[in-house]
Amino acid sequence: MSIMDHNGGSVIAMAGKDCVAIASDLRLGAGAQTIAMNFEKVFPVTDRLYMGLPGLATDVITLREKFRYLTNMFHIKESRPLQPSTFAHLLSSTLYERRFGPYFCEPVLAGLELTPSGTYQPYIAGTDLIGCLNFAKDFIVAGTASDKLFGVAEGLWEPDLGPEDLFETISQTLLNSVDRDAYSGWGAIVHVITADKVVTRTLKGRMD
Amino acid sequence: MATADGGAYSYSLTVFSPSGKLVQIEHALAAVSQGTTSLGIKASNGIVIATEKKSSSILIDDSMIEKVAVICPNIGIVYSGMGPDFRILIAKARKSAQAYWKIYGEYPPTLVLTQEIATVMQQATQSGGVRPYGVSLLVAGYDVHRGPTLYQVDPSGSYWAWKASAIGKNMINAKTFLEKRYNDDISLEDAIHTALLTLKEGFEGQMTEKTLEIGIITVPSTEELEAGKIGGETGRPKPTFRKLTEEEVRDYLAL
Repeated sequence: MSIMDHNGGSVIAMAGKDCVAIASDLRLGAGAQTIAMNFEKVFPVTDRLYMGLPGLATDVITLREKFRYLTNMFHIKESRPLQPSTFAHLLSSTLYERRFGPYFCEPVLAGLELTPSGTYQPYIAGTDLIGCLNFAKDFIVAGTASDKLFGVAEGLWEPDLGPEDLFETISQTLLNSVDRDAYSGWGAIVHVITADKVVTRTLKGRMD
Repeated sequence: MATADGGAYSYSLTVFSPSGKLVQIEHALAAVSQGTTSLGIKASNGIVIATEKKSSSILIDDSMIEKVAVICPNIGIVYSGMGPDFRILIAKARKSAQAYWKIYGEYPPTLVLTQEIATVMQQATQSGGVRPYGVSLLVAGYDVHRGPTLYQVDPSGSYWAWKASAIGKNMINAKTFLEKRYNDDISLEDAIHTALLTLKEGFEGQMTEKTLEIGIITVPSTEELEAGKIGGETGRPKPTFRKLTEEEVRDYLAL
């Protein structure tokens, strides 16, 4: 078994109309044994940008702290908002710095990008463990249930979903995918990001 | 410290004199004020930086002298003082801009690059075995967050933002001239003419396209910014800083 699968866990991000959503399951395992059912894998970067970090739990925490440091330093040094596209490049270059001894995480980003005309545009992206960026118009999946998430999201996602519909779609996609994965599950947490607020909901799954 | 030459505090290391002065930095500023005049003016829709290009002999091929330098597509600088020191700072500034690009996938905001240059210049006032840089710089740049901005950096590593300023020989006169001429809603075209008029005061020799260097910042339109974004029409930001060609300079002089 790969070290990427040791602790289990999955993340998904979806783009909607003027909104994005990102969700993770809550399981932390050690191989087949479940250790905790409250291990969140999605963290806020800015008011309008969240990052999901599925993978090896120790690296999840290390990277969360590393990017907290880097974003704080950015805000202090540049005193300007950190845009998702800028953060995506920071993420990519930070991961590639460890090209030959990587962090075992596959980050997923979901946020709203400020356009030059002053509106907010959905922005989702994912990278592999060495920082190869992958931009998508629809959805990004990662983690031990990624193959299932791909299939279900392909079936359920449609363009221009509003915040409520997007919440329903991402929740159903995640819950039904992790039911088919022994290493993910035990409930989920979903963040729906719109220009003026972020709505966070905790979901119960099969809990077995 | 009554000697005119700076006494024991004037050699090599930058050391505080008992009166609290760093004489080496004052000497560096003296080197700057001997350099040719440079100036910068911020307009409502851009910035102009300009300098006098003086060569000591008519036999020198002045087409290769560069006093206004592009650092990255959105930032340009001009100097007064020692040419060789400026070259080193250009190289360091360009490297810094590209290093920023490698991390963030975009070029640095003007303030960030100015701080980087100022840090380099400050370090030369506190490190062993070096002397301060003998230049003052005017940094002109554009970025989305702050718009067009103009900064001055001194040999001490201090920096300020200006609406209009001059450095080098005649800087006092040039600044007084600019204070009289400047207003907040001057256009870039008017600013270029004001720059030429200001330089004309105390210009040594003939003012031609060969003895002038001008760089301008133009503020991009919303459409140009959208096209420059990834996923936009070109995905490649249009340069906002450029040097005027000899033809363009000649046209401005003719007006």
